[in-house]
Amino acid sequence: MKNFRSKKGSVINEEETIKFSFDGNEFSGFKGDTLSSALLANGIHLVGRSFKYHRPRGILSAGSEEPNAIITFDRGEGKITPNVRATTLEIFNRLQSFSQNSYPNLKFDIGAFNNVFSIFFPAGFYNKTFMWPKSFWDKVYEPFIRNLAGLGPAPLSEDTDNYASCYGHCETLIIGSGPAGIAAALAASQTEGRVILVDEQSEIGGSLLSSSNKKIDNLSSEQWLSKALNTLKKSNNVKLMTRTTAIGYWHDNFVALSERLTDHLSQVPEGSAREQLHRIRARRVILAQGAIERPLVFNGNDRPGIMLSNAAQTYLNKYGVRVGDNISVFTSHDSAYETAFEMCDAKVNVSVIIDLRKEVNADLLAEANSRGIEVHLNSSISRTYGKLRINAFEVYSPIQNKKFIVKCDALIMSGGWTPSLHLWSHSKGSIKWDKSISAYIPDKANENVCCIGACNGNFGIEKALNEGNSVFNNNKKYVVQEQSFGSGVVLNTIPNYLKKEKQKAFVDFQNDVTEKDISLAVQEGFKSIEHVKRYTTNGMATDQGKTSNLNALEIASREVGRSIEKVGLTTFRPPYTPTTFGTFVGYRDKELFDPVRKTPIDDWAVTNSAVFEPVGLWRRARFFPKNKENMDQAVARECKSTRDSLGIFDASTLGKIEIVGPDATKFMNLMYSTSWTSLKVGNCRYGLMLGEDGYIYDDGVVARIADDRYHVTTTTGGAPRVFRHMEDYLQTEFNDLDVWLTSTTEQWAVIALNGPHARDILEPLIKDIDLSADSFPHMSIREGNICGIPTRLFRVSFTGELGFEINVPSNYGLALWKILMTEGAKYRITPYGTETMHVLRAEKGYIIVGQDTDGTVTPFDAGLGWAVAKKKKDFVGMRSLKRKDLVNGVRKQLVGLLTEDPLTVLAEGSQIVINPKQPKPMKMLGHVTSSYWSECLGKSIAMAVIEDGFNLMGTDIYIPMPEDTIKAKVCKPIFYDPEGKRIHV
Amino acid sequence: MKFSAISLFANALSGHKKWPSQFPNKDPKKEYDVIIIGGGAHGLGAAYYLASKYGITNVAVLEKGWIGGGNTGRNTTIIRSNYLFDESAALYDHAVDLWDGLSQELNYNVMFSKRGVLMLAHNVHDVQSFKRHVYSNRLNDVDNQWLNPEECKEFCPPLDISSSRRYPVMGGALQMRAGTARHDSVAWGYARAASKLGVDIIQNCEVTGIRRDSLGNVAGVETAKGYLKSKKIGVSAAGNTSVVMEMAGLRFPLESYPLQALVSEPIKPVFPCVVMSNAVHAYISQSDKGELVIGAGTDQYTSYSQRGALHLQEHNLMSICEIFPIFKRMRMLRSWGGVVDVTPDRSPIVGKTPVGGLYVNCGWGTGGFKATPGAANMLAYTIKHNEPHKINAPFNLDRFIGGRLIDEAAAAAVAH
Amino acid sequence: MLLIHCPYCNKKRPEVEFAYAGEAHIERPNGINQLTMTDEEWSNFMFIRNNIRGEHAERWWHNSGCNMFFNAIRNTQTDKFIMTYKMGENLPTEKQIKAAKK
Repeated sequence: MKNFRSKKGSVINEEETIKFSFDGNEFSGFKGDTLSSALLANGIHLVGRSFKYHRPRGILSAGSEEPNAIITFDRGEGKITPNVRATTLEIFNRLQSFSQNSYPNLKFDIGAFNNVFSIFFPAGFYNKTFMWPKSFWDKVYEPFIRNLAGLGPAPLSEDTDNYASCYGHCETLIIGSGPAGIAAALAASQTEGRVILVDEQSEIGGSLLSSSNKKIDNLSSEQWLSKALNTLKKSNNVKLMTRTTAIGYWHDNFVALSERLTDHLSQVPEGSAREQLHRIRARRVILAQGAIERPLVFNGNDRPGIMLSNAAQTYLNKYGVRVGDNISVFTSHDSAYETAFEMCDAKVNVSVIIDLRKEVNADLLAEANSRGIEVHLNSSISRTYGKLRINAFEVYSPIQNKKFIVKCDALIMSGGWTPSLHLWSHSKGSIKWDKSISAYIPDKANENVCCIGACNGNFGIEKALNEGNSVFNNNKKYVVQEQSFGSGVVLNTIPNYLKKEKQKAFVDFQNDVTEKDISLAVQEGFKSIEHVKRYTTNGMATDQGKTSNLNALEIASREVGRSIEKVGLTTFRPPYTPTTFGTFVGYRDKELFDPVRKTPIDDWAVTNSAVFEPVGLWRRARFFPKNKENMDQAVARECKSTRDSLGIFDASTLGKIEIVGPDATKFMNLMYSTSWTSLKVGNCRYGLMLGEDGYIYDDGVVARIADDRYHVTTTTGGAPRVFRHMEDYLQTEFNDLDVWLTSTTEQWAVIALNGPHARDILEPLIKDIDLSADSFPHMSIREGNICGIPTRLFRVSFTGELGFEINVPSNYGLALWKILMTEGAKYRITPYGTETMHVLRAEKGYIIVGQDTDGTVTPFDAGLGWAVAKKKKDFVGMRSLKRKDLVNGVRKQLVGLLTEDPLTVLAEGSQIVINPKQPKPMKMLGHVTSSYWSECLGKSIAMAVIEDGFNLMGTDIYIPMPEDTIKAKVCKPIFYDPEGKRIHV
Repeated sequence: MKFSAISLFANALSGHKKWPSQFPNKDPKKEYDVIIIGGGAHGLGAAYYLASKYGITNVAVLEKGWIGGGNTGRNTTIIRSNYLFDESAALYDHAVDLWDGLSQELNYNVMFSKRGVLMLAHNVHDVQSFKRHVYSNRLNDVDNQWLNPEECKEFCPPLDISSSRRYPVMGGALQMRAGTARHDSVAWGYARAASKLGVDIIQNCEVTGIRRDSLGNVAGVETAKGYLKSKKIGVSAAGNTSVVMEMAGLRFPLESYPLQALVSEPIKPVFPCVVMSNAVHAYISQSDKGELVIGAGTDQYTSYSQRGALHLQEHNLMSICEIFPIFKRMRMLRSWGGVVDVTPDRSPIVGKTPVGGLYVNCGWGTGGFKATPGAANMLAYTIKHNEPHKINAPFNLDRFIGGRLIDEAAAAAVAH
Repeated sequence: MLLIHCPYCNKKRPEVEFAYAGEAHIERPNGINQLTMTDEEWSNFMFIRNNIRGEHAERWWHNSGCNMFFNAIRNTQTDKFIMTYKMGENLPTEKQIKAAKK
């Protein structure tokens, strides 16, 4: 195979040969090559097919702006990456890459059928058809369209790589390490602050790596670069980051960097992260992102072998690769001449330069002449030829109306330059149109940020260096010997004798948007550039319009007949280049997705084969199956044992807040609908908390520890919001009160003992508290010691049995649990989980906030009117309870239900009607909130909220289910021990 | 010109030179019977229904930028109606009824794709809540079914239902009639159809003031293109509703929050449906271009900046990769932000206002797209009759006074 | 991610340390005044918000920091904070806001 390596590239190590494959064919390149430079070195231009028309496509650029050379990078199962730009993928030994969007192969692609019929698929065609007959849409058209979707292959297995993320801070963040960025970094290194210089490429240097024959301060550009790099590497305050893309710029100088750590390595170190997200907060950001060359929009401009002039120059100087042996140039900008001359000097035959301009700097023409390059001014290219690669083109001279054919194996083009404003725009800096370069440039900054060099519209190395330097008010002036960057014109029409309908001039290469599509969009009324973009999909491909947006804008502006500023510019949106989801995820997946909150007793539950359920961030033991029991069997056993003898339950997840201060009671009275004034020290009370909207917000037992101290409990899930709710009122509404709140949820382990033997087990373990019913009645609290552990011992019950909740410091929770399990053996102590807890409390009609109530239930609806103090002058929610619809409206009220067949257990959430025979939509009265099989009662029980439920006691209602309709009777929501004898023993 | 395969063919042969403008940009007349403020799909739809259903064609739609440029063009295009409360189910199901057949009605393919929306349950509370929805929807004749984890996996193969995830899938509620539509086409389709019926669509025409007559009723609007008279004004301004209402001297129960969304690079078809997960906060579908379309909840603070924070995107993608670990290697192509207006009960306000002749359709929060045809028709009905339809009557402003809120989110309250 | 100055810590800290807490300077009527309020007046207190596009007075909670609620003036079009101030301090005058912008 022919070798297209001409000289030593600035980043190429010719000592190290690299073998890689593309579409199964083996090739070799050198260390330092990208996939595209290595393919070009092997004479390969055809690398992909376009999205819509499946047209053969080559390599347009040499950077991350590449729209065409998009491939799949395959490192084995779980490591296949679609849509990778060949221009940024560094090769390594045994790299495997594949072309995309073609079948059966890249050279012969059936999809290219679309190309033949492309006249039927102009922009927006799908809006106009596929509507008849209607039924075909769902069954035929839509599935067909969906099947055509996509570029690269979809992932099939889980990504096996790791990702990392971190935060960083610096005084100066410089994005882009071309001459401007380096000069800024050199100047910044003299300051006190931390400096980070990032570049998306593998080497620092930017355009310096692809320049030759330039002298900076009398050093060759390579020497100067290496000296500058040395200085920067020696500076303690400078951090250099390569293979790192600044993907987005957010409020207050917050910039995200995506660093690629392993995609370029043949051997990936074990456990290494593939990519890392750096979230940088910088005092000052300096953007030196350079500029992107613009393609020319002419008929047939998309054939493989047609590429940007700057790309050809980069391949030559940076990688040592010539993109052809017989090239021609098509341009409207001086900068392409430099490429042509350098190619010539590298012994490439440059036959013609076709220049759209009428006049060109005489020096350039002289130099072209001296190299034997024909220059055709005021000329255009009207056609190109070559199926899978350009082999000739037709030159058209509009003035002379002359046409002739030129043969070539590559055509390089330049339509001028577009400063990269992406991050500047993310930061919400404003932009202005610069007529002299026909491009937008930065205007007013919105953050502490500036743009320097080409991205600020200042082209050429000397300007870039000096602007970078001047940011830090450095007096030094760089002197560069370079050919002037020159100037150009931007034409919104490339002259052609062919009718527009006959032309295919591509603007957005990947999405196959042609000049005609943009004209059609405008013709059909899509005159805003955002409309043009959405109608044609221009700029929406994986390159996000880096090479197409400005060309589209020029054409739209021409078609609309208004100036570019009036047509607008589409908004730049993060990320700058496509960024792996894993990079955003970092290490936070699986168990690290959210922390799992575990109680101190969790280990014991794991050992004893608990089945867990997630409740908020907590995991709680749901039941403890024995001998392969299912949940129903386990729960039945746990319920029965608890009521018959003794059950033990880990209630540590209950939210706990310590409320302390001289005004603690006043505060409690304001925060709860319940009254606290009469609660004596040592006693507990059920506390009901409302939102300001009058609906039930939370509930829990509250103990008065001292005159000025309350131990408040909340629901498990509600703890954080209750704490916030209290702090909010305390700090902003009731801030005259002298009260302190402390969240103590994690300070206490809570073990609930319930059942007839609950006192018996505790008596030998507690010496300093009289546990007798008289001195320690239900709903009271005592402080003392259990097994030598300090405790707040509550006598409370959420089961209707004699119950205690033992609060001990968390660290002692597990030890105490184990003691109780040992001591309880004689009472057949049974650990139970949340499911049994739910059944036992439902048997007593105790509500669970969030299950039996939702955010639309008032205390009166829930039958908790007794917990709303009548005499208090104020509490949160008081006024809202008096609102019209809460007082007069038909309310849904909490009731009990007993099914006609006691064996039928209703489905939770099932809906209740009076008349099951009515047609749909049915009038629903309410729904079942809780429903269980009660082993202790030998029948099913349920709770429900039903319209006007309190007045429906004894009424038959119906629950229509898909299989059958269930009949049930409304009753009071208390099923077990209604007199409450057991709880008071 | 009617759109069809035949007209597409015929026009192709003549080089597509004959397609007329889909919605000619008009200079405003001095006076209209109805002015709609806001050229999103909701506003354009209202104008279309005013003209097509209610016989009022002297209508202008005023858009401060370009039509469909607000939340219409920024959302994740999910359509569903499996809401819990009767009022919501009726409103959203009315919308789905209109979605079905909208392409034919407008002669504009809006690509409504009934690919099914699956809402995942990750804990016992979710299961209870979703089943409550399923039961309620069944009696309201709204399709919605419960799937166990294996059925979820069968319906959506990329789903990971292994129990080793932080939040394992415990099942899901599936509405088959639900799906997605092409958002821009909805705005354009309504605009084209309304234009044909005589509605003036006026872009780049910001409203700067609302004039009221001596009785306090609306008299017209001050705009970037001069003063336009109208005795009836419908406001359909989404995130900017508070700003417009203030021009009429009204303060509203609304707050505007940033909402972000993102797409991946396009890949071959892999994701056949829409999946939502409230517990981990994310929703996802694959567009007809092949991009994964992904969204989550709002940023925490009010804002009109149309941009959100990075940490929300991080969390959003964490959530997606938690449910669909195969997507971790996919790449984010583009992200963006919109401004959503949220009411205290997170249900919309569609109906009359305290100012005579001023009507409103707002407060859709993160869920406005799915309701587009329904909301638009209800606003049009209310403007025509000066009375709400029975479907939008419950979504009035007075509910915040009396307390009869329609709080779907509160009904799914999480506690224990 | 916003950078927020906590007036109690007197430090700038990233947004993730804070929780937004809604519009500021909406005073809750006390229980006695509540009794004389109509449903509509009460609804205004509960639900009606300025939702300003521009300089917005709002509350933040430094929940992962000093646990204090404080007030801020922030431009909701740019998301830029103009000033933050302690709970209980008056709504800044236009003059004060102007001065803070410098």
